[in-house]
Amino acid sequence: MSLLTVEGVWKNYHHHSVLRGIDLEVAPHEVVCLIGASGSGKSTLLRCVNLLETIDDGAIYLDGSDITEVRTDPDDVRRRIGMVFQSYNLFPHMTVLDNVTLAPRKVHKTRPDQAEAEARELLARFGLADKADEYPDRLSGGQQQRVAIVRSLATQPRLLLLDEVTSALDPTLVTEVLAVIRELKDAGMTMIIATHEMGFARDIADTVCFLEGGVLLEHGSPEQIFTTPAHPRTRGFLQRVLDADRL
Amino acid sequence: MTEGEAAPPADSDAPEAAAPAALAQWTKSDRQIRREADLRRRARRSTSIATASTIVVATAVVVAVTASPGWPRVQEAFFNPSQFAAAFPDVWRGFLLNVKIFLIAELLILIIGLVVALVRTLRSPVFFPLRAAAVFYTDVFRGIPTILLIYLIGFGIPALELQGAPNDPVTLGIIALVLSYGAYVAEVFRSGIESVHPSQRAAARSLALSHGQTMRYVVVPQAVRRVIPPLLNDFVSLQKDTALVSVLGPLEALRQASIHASSTFNYAPYLCAALLFIALTVPMARLTDHLAARTARRQMAGGHL
Ligand SMILES: Nc1ncnc2c1ncn2[C@@H]1O[C@H](COP(=O)(O)OP(=O)(O)OP(=O)(O)O)[C@@H](O)[C@H]1O
Ligand SMILES: [Mg+2]
Repeated sequence: MSLLTVEGVWKNYHHHSVLRGIDLEVAPHEVVCLIGASGSGKSTLLRCVNLLETIDDGAIYLDGSDITEVRTDPDDVRRRIGMVFQSYNLFPHMTVLDNVTLAPRKVHKTRPDQAEAEARELLARFGLADKADEYPDRLSGGQQQRVAIVRSLATQPRLLLLDEVTSALDPTLVTEVLAVIRELKDAGMTMIIATHEMGFARDIADTVCFLEGGVLLEHGSPEQIFTTPAHPRTRGFLQRVLDADRL
Repeated sequence: MTEGEAAPPADSDAPEAAAPAALAQWTKSDRQIRREADLRRRARRSTSIATASTIVVATAVVVAVTASPGWPRVQEAFFNPSQFAAAFPDVWRGFLLNVKIFLIAELLILIIGLVVALVRTLRSPVFFPLRAAAVFYTDVFRGIPTILLIYLIGFGIPALELQGAPNDPVTLGIIALVLSYGAYVAEVFRSGIESVHPSQRAAARSLALSHGQTMRYVVVPQAVRRVIPPLLNDFVSLQKDTALVSVLGPLEALRQASIHASSTFNYAPYLCAALLFIALTVPMARLTDHLAARTARRQMAGGHL
């Protein structure tokens, strides 16, 4: 059974449809990459899955239950989903350790000493052991983004949503964040990743989805999407990306 | 590599050992020595200009005032040392009451202000009446002049003859000050809360923190840090406004001063009260400046959003 099912999801902003009937299935341990031009609706789709936005039509199922039903508790859904943002969004007034342990302590009611031990272990695993007591503004962008990933992992989510987590970073820092994501894939984490890094998508994705104008035009294996895209618009998009890279 | 940047020592395995060596090789060039001497000279000149102009202005003011035809009378009325000394103990005792009023009011204002600001962030329709009440409160009490509110509450509440209603003028004065300043401070807190970027809220909610937890652990701590300078500014003006409570009759500094003034027909007691208020507000104003400057520096340093 799939872990997440998105069924005919529509999202409108001021009479303008940003998502137009999206269908998507994500199996456990699957890594899905969302690609598409700026404004195609990738972030909006992720925000809808995390219930940060209310959808205007359709349904989203997590573990078989409809999370878009009126009676669902959004906090209960978010307890099972982690999300990492393009701009890190670490809490600037807390140390790295407090950033990571906040949700385990306050939401999941983990004992503080246990939450701290687990947080330190996770930080160490991602090469951040010596940063636990720093404040976010003392870290590089790559380190901040890795902390943000650790923060979302600390509550042991079933599903991780990553929204262009490398696009605010220096090219030299991109690799360290991508390495973390690769490690998560190897550990079996289910992820939906919105990204502009085509090489990375090709490398890590089990399924690549191409969005345009709020429509999921095409999805398939990375080989299929990147070498023999069926839709002429997918071809056009990939060509533009290639041209931009050559500049 | 740009010119002047030292090449990394290829054969050294301790990079920090190279730094002191590079420093030791640097001897100040003649150009730099001349530049520093120039800077020192200029600094000395600015200081002497500032000193000279202060002396000139101060002398001009003193001469103009003391040369005015009414000066002997003013000097007698306001700067009479013996009257000043005679009034000081009473005015000082009264001033301690001002400080007490200020401290109690300040604490209550902070609580009321924060609660009202938080109520205004509630989005659920269940809380509509609360939210409407908060909006009504800030609109109404920011609109009424503080002195008028002190009259209304100070004379209005006792006139109602309600069972258990306070009728002690100090308490009534504190209530009026709290209601008036609470409305201002609520708006200060609200602007602070709104200045925290929505992405912080999104991050907190995505971690499954509830609205209340998001406010308590993420938004309010950041908001409070940002509004400390404007809050202190409001408190400087609250310190002065404690004197308004004198219209209700408690023996605070202004009241004591006017009792002395009316029995001796001398205004030195007023000067005495004014100096005490200045002594309280000036340190607070400097602290505000200092904190505001520090906040500005922090924000310049980048980091936070
Ligand atoms: N809060 C909002 N109000 C109105 N329009 C919005 C809002 N959020 C997003 N949009 C619009 O929705 C469309 C899709 O935005 P979205 O952020 O999902 O795109 P994206 O694919 O993530 O783009 P990018 O690659 O630039 O991040 C855009 O046209 C955007 O202008
Ligand atoms: Mg986006």
